[in-house]
Amino acid sequence: MRALVFAVYLFLYTPIALVVLFSFNSGRNASELVGFSTQWYGRALSNPFLMEALQTSLIIAFTSAGLAAVFGTMAAIGLERVGPRVRAIFDGLFAAAIVVPGVVIGIATLVALAELFSFVNPMLASVWPGTNVPKLSLGYGSIIAAHGLFSMALVTMIVKARIASLGRDIVEASGDLYASPLTTFREIVLPQIRPSIVAGFLLAFTFSFDDFIIAFFVAGSKTTLPIYVFASIRRGVTPEINAVATMVLVASLVLIVIARILMREKKIAS
Amino acid sequence: MGSAARDDIEFRSVTKAYGAVTAVRNISLNVPKGAFLALLGPSGCGKTTCLRMIGGFEQPTSGEVLIAGSGMNGVPPYRRPVNMVFQHYALFPHFNVEQNVAYGLRQMRPRIPAQEIKRRVGEALEMVRLGGFANRRIHEMSGGQQQRVALARALVNRPSVLLLDEPLAALDKKLRSAMQIELQTLQRELGITFVLVTHDQEEALSMADLVCVMSGGAIKQLGAPQDVYDRPADLFVADFVGKTNHIQATLEADGRTLRLPDGSALDVGAERNIGAGETTLAIRPEAIRLTPGGEPRGEGFAGTVTHRIFLGSSVEYSVSVPALGDFLVTADRSTDEGQLVEPGQSVRLGFDPAAAHLFPASHAAQPEGNTHGQQT
Ligand SMILES: Nc1ncnc2c1ncn2[C@@H]1O[C@H](COP(=O)(O)OP(=O)(O)OP(=O)(O)O)[C@@H](O)[C@H]1O
Ligand SMILES: [Mg+2]
Repeated sequence: MRALVFAVYLFLYTPIALVVLFSFNSGRNASELVGFSTQWYGRALSNPFLMEALQTSLIIAFTSAGLAAVFGTMAAIGLERVGPRVRAIFDGLFAAAIVVPGVVIGIATLVALAELFSFVNPMLASVWPGTNVPKLSLGYGSIIAAHGLFSMALVTMIVKARIASLGRDIVEASGDLYASPLTTFREIVLPQIRPSIVAGFLLAFTFSFDDFIIAFFVAGSKTTLPIYVFASIRRGVTPEINAVATMVLVASLVLIVIARILMREKKIAS
Repeated sequence: MGSAARDDIEFRSVTKAYGAVTAVRNISLNVPKGAFLALLGPSGCGKTTCLRMIGGFEQPTSGEVLIAGSGMNGVPPYRRPVNMVFQHYALFPHFNVEQNVAYGLRQMRPRIPAQEIKRRVGEALEMVRLGGFANRRIHEMSGGQQQRVALARALVNRPSVLLLDEPLAALDKKLRSAMQIELQTLQRELGITFVLVTHDQEEALSMADLVCVMSGGAIKQLGAPQDVYDRPADLFVADFVGKTNHIQATLEADGRTLRLPDGSALDVGAERNIGAGETTLAIRPEAIRLTPGGEPRGEGFAGTVTHRIFLGSSVEYSVSVPALGDFLVTADRSTDEGQLVEPGQSVRLGFDPAAAHLFPASHAAQPEGNTHGQQT
């Protein structure tokens, strides 16, 4: 049994370990280790195409995670006030949204956006006063929308769990002490759910930053970091790509660990 | 409407249903300004629900709650001149003690100067004997200390009505008595109307000047503590407020002769207009005289002491009387000449029939089907 578990972990982590290992290889050939070097990191960071992809990914991850945090929190709060029936339905929908495969989300979003564009663009053209008619198309907006929608479900689930553990007592006590609902939210609810919102934001950020599948469908001409990596791999795995993968890995791990700590800390405190 | 100006709280045919459960049924109630009302009743009888409707956390399903003469239907809690001490404290965990107590004052408009808030919070904490605890975190306080923070947090606002949901339940006996006196004094001094929820009848009788006994969502009796204790409206109230002995008997047509289960007759002194037939006689433990020695033909009932509980200033005896069942008798130490009766000893029990209450037997079956054990 132990040997089996060991084997599973070996299969899981050996490839990752190899990527990290070869990112420090001074040789160009991915089949033999020559010596230690950080030159590929330098190469990666000075590659303008790579840097542009990184910037695109960061913009998308920040924006989509930000939108998800705001709207996900609002949804979580709203769901506290509806009846048990409605809540059960929405809980189910949010949980389903999280387990739907990325391919399906990608295709569905693409189809929906294409339909929307073919409907809106002619209308825009007909009402636009000038000649320089704007045209909706795939790009930043579509990736942010797709990522944001998915992450919103994630944030809602996390924040909702925290709100549920708050209890209605302290909210009522605040109202009893003359605080309006808005003040109650700002002074009592928000300070206590803030860590879970931040945790949700970090997970959403990580998800968006790492996502290849959904982005690939709706990216249009934009190149995110995972798409860039995918494209360059078709020209062969270079040590430079290993360095990029290692950096993404470390950044993601750090964010996820922080999110985990934030989510756990609150459970003890209450 | 004439009484509205003098009444701080009024319930007009208030009913509250949670789905299929009717927590409060058709209650009408007037609480005069400055009164100390205790809502007393067994668990689940609707006490908290009544309080929450005054506080504005629940809306009546039908009927209306009025505060100081104005209807409160649809008025949110933060616009009501009442404060509540919650059953489970509901303190803000991310604030320290001082911040908790200051919260209500900070919300008031026009704004109260910070210095003034600090001073009043300090006073309130002194009042509940937590003077040195201002900077403590809530989770560093014991249950009783948290309860006192909750009390200070409500009192500091000087509301015209203070709602207390079992505020002293977590305190030890000594601190509880001290806080009871403290609360009573405060209530008199500040002239605040208090509504206290409790299932501790001693607390209700000792603190309140108006006791409302509830059962199954309805009011069973509303009156001064002595009235409720001395003249219970029905068997439920007699049982719940204080201890009571029951004798099942039959009232004869003359309205004053009771036929007891052992075949003997008992003259209850004056005619009781409750109708002849099945009757329950209720008599308080302290109204029964216990005399040692069991001559078979003396006055009262002959019995045997089965159990003795020494309470310090008084002694409680369980006495088994053939054909009538077990009796609880409380003997005052100041009048028993220092003589304790030993278990196993034969005794005689006697009581003044005028002190006995008679209830028609149908009273025993409560229409709401609540479950109070009928001790005999
Ligand atoms: N939110 C709710 N939803 C459904 N039923 C409720 C709700 N709140 C109270 N009840 C029911 O209403 C009845 C009265 O409850 P309430 O809390 O008023 O009792 P209580 O007299 O305060 O009891 P306790 O002494 O145990 O605090 C109970 O049967 C309870 O189960
Ligand atoms: Mg209660």
